[in-house]
Amino acid sequence: MAAVLVLAIIAGIAYTMATAPNLRWEAVGHFLFQRLILQGIVITLELTALAMLIGIVLGAIVAVMRLSPNPVVSSVSWCYIWFFRGTPVLVQIFFWYNLATVLPYVGLGIPFTPIHWQAPTNSLIAPFMAATLGLGLNEAAYMAEIVRAGIISVEHGQTEAAQALGMTRLLVMRRIVLPQAMRVIIPPTGNETISMLKTSSLAFVASVPELFTRSQQIASANYDVIELAIVASIWYLAMTSILTVGQYYLERYFGRGSLRELPPTPLQRFRRMLLTFHAPPPMPPDVAPPGPAVPGSEHR
Amino acid sequence: MVSSSSGASSRPSARAGVEVRLEDLKRRYAGVTALDGLSLTLAPGELVALLGPSGCGKTTALRLVAGLEETDGGRVVFGGEDVTNVPANKREIGMVFQAYSLFPHMTAMQNVAFGMQLHRVGVAERRKRASDMLELVGLSPHAHKYAHQLSGGQQQRVALARALAIKPKVLLLDEPLSALDAKVRARLRDEIRRVQLEVGTTTLFVTHDQEEALAIADRVGVMQSGRLEQLGPPMTVYSRPATPFVASFVGLTNRLNGVVRDGAVEVRGTRLPLVQTDATNGPAVALVRPEAVTLAGEGDSTPGPLNGTVIATAFLGATSRVTVDLGDVTVLAQLATSDAAAHPAGTRVRLALRPDPVLIERDEAAPDHG
Repeated sequence: MAAVLVLAIIAGIAYTMATAPNLRWEAVGHFLFQRLILQGIVITLELTALAMLIGIVLGAIVAVMRLSPNPVVSSVSWCYIWFFRGTPVLVQIFFWYNLATVLPYVGLGIPFTPIHWQAPTNSLIAPFMAATLGLGLNEAAYMAEIVRAGIISVEHGQTEAAQALGMTRLLVMRRIVLPQAMRVIIPPTGNETISMLKTSSLAFVASVPELFTRSQQIASANYDVIELAIVASIWYLAMTSILTVGQYYLERYFGRGSLRELPPTPLQRFRRMLLTFHAPPPMPPDVAPPGPAVPGSEHR
Repeated sequence: MVSSSSGASSRPSARAGVEVRLEDLKRRYAGVTALDGLSLTLAPGELVALLGPSGCGKTTALRLVAGLEETDGGRVVFGGEDVTNVPANKREIGMVFQAYSLFPHMTAMQNVAFGMQLHRVGVAERRKRASDMLELVGLSPHAHKYAHQLSGGQQQRVALARALAIKPKVLLLDEPLSALDAKVRARLRDEIRRVQLEVGTTTLFVTHDQEEALAIADRVGVMQSGRLEQLGPPMTVYSRPATPFVASFVGLTNRLNGVVRDGAVEVRGTRLPLVQTDATNGPAVALVRPEAVTLAGEGDSTPGPLNGTVIATAFLGATSRVTVDLGDVTVLAQLATSDAAAHPAGTRVRLALRPDPVLIERDEAAPDHG
């Protein structure tokens, strides 16, 4: 009964939208594969990938620092998380974008030596750079907490066993702890990536010509605001769908060693279903399609 | 580190065991003394078991030798080299943990081969030595399984192989059998000893299970409150306990009231020689092993100091442990199974005490002892 009601409401909304008198669906179709839009998608993907790269690498460093026995190191890490998590990412992008207004030149040098290098801020922090920095540095704060949760989820005996074998602290982290922490780290990281794909539309304020900026630039010329918002939404939805599938396989990969047998992938399930349809007698287990090849079983 | 696997023998070449010395080791945790000046020397290739109740400091001692914790005093010396300030990863130790602690993202083979990478062992040599080690612990058929695909006993064998693959100077076993069920435990215990004898690595073994310690150690160190109460071969620790604590912790003991008089203790009408020959006269508790309680004959209903009723019999094989109610106290007697069978629960028996030297214990709080 409730299901019928829910379906009826959804159908109603869909019908209203589909037949809205001023909604030009042909415009949606027209702009969906427009060159400007497709270029915007490329920039959105670049922005997401770079920001996540900064976020993950810097986040892992901040997380390891946070767990350091050295109080100075762990405090610095704490302050980083506190600051970047405590200010809106929109403001952070805005900050980097407008940095040139307060700091016209950026330089690097070693004090008391002639070694010095400087450049105009505006040439260094172009809009794309500003958005990448803003998104990436903010993301690092969140990733740091995710990585930290992963690290502390690994049993301490693992560290001691690795130390006994002769590994340094850093090597233990890289070869033993982090690979196991991945199982805990990957799901929320996938979440963050999907979130980042959409948050990258905030690069709009730095005039980065990504998907949303492009759609709105077109809309400001032809006034098809909703139509172009729909175009952008369709693309965002398509991209997040692909990422969701990618996340599934990534989780499977890092889940090895914790499950007795990995569950079949949807593709394997489908293939198995076809096989049972075509071969009426059930197959003995040893002829069944081979289980998933477990990666990394080659010993080094 | 030398990594030559000399020629013909496919067995892992034994590193000559080194002497391991613990000198006056001290450790305190937030005001609680965990280790109160422990000194112990392990001869090259020797297996010493540290035995004691939980909290006696035995695990702390092991972790100090491993370098997983810092000492508050004393030294750890491996083969003449002071390693007290050497971190765990530079001490060349092999360690086996109660919880196995295999790396779950690696196969058995990878686990065993992993440590060798850090010791600059070539790929071919690494692979060969890893298979040798797995063969040594009888796990070759399972080399490519992950930890969770192995049983507890198998996992612990892999852990042993992993620890020995790096040819450690000293092997440290931290309650390695405690997480296993009884049958596997006994088998793996003997397996550990066989492997240890084969590779000849000096080994420190920590356990709370006296049976384990007595079964495989060259010497057993019984610990209490951060101190070594007695150190000696299993036979000596069992049959000549140095202190009342050792007597009651190792093996079963009857605690019988008696009176010390002129260098012997009189217990239920029997005079028993004393271990502590300097004991003063007065009341005391004598610690009598069940083996020292013998069957003197059929009991009758007349009361006597050692006449009583059988209330339970535990069959142990050739011998049986019989619980006898003497009226005011119950005693355990270890009798030949044929004797025990002749006296089922409910029958009367007359017991005797064999005049072996016994330890006595005195209640410090009792006001009236001499």
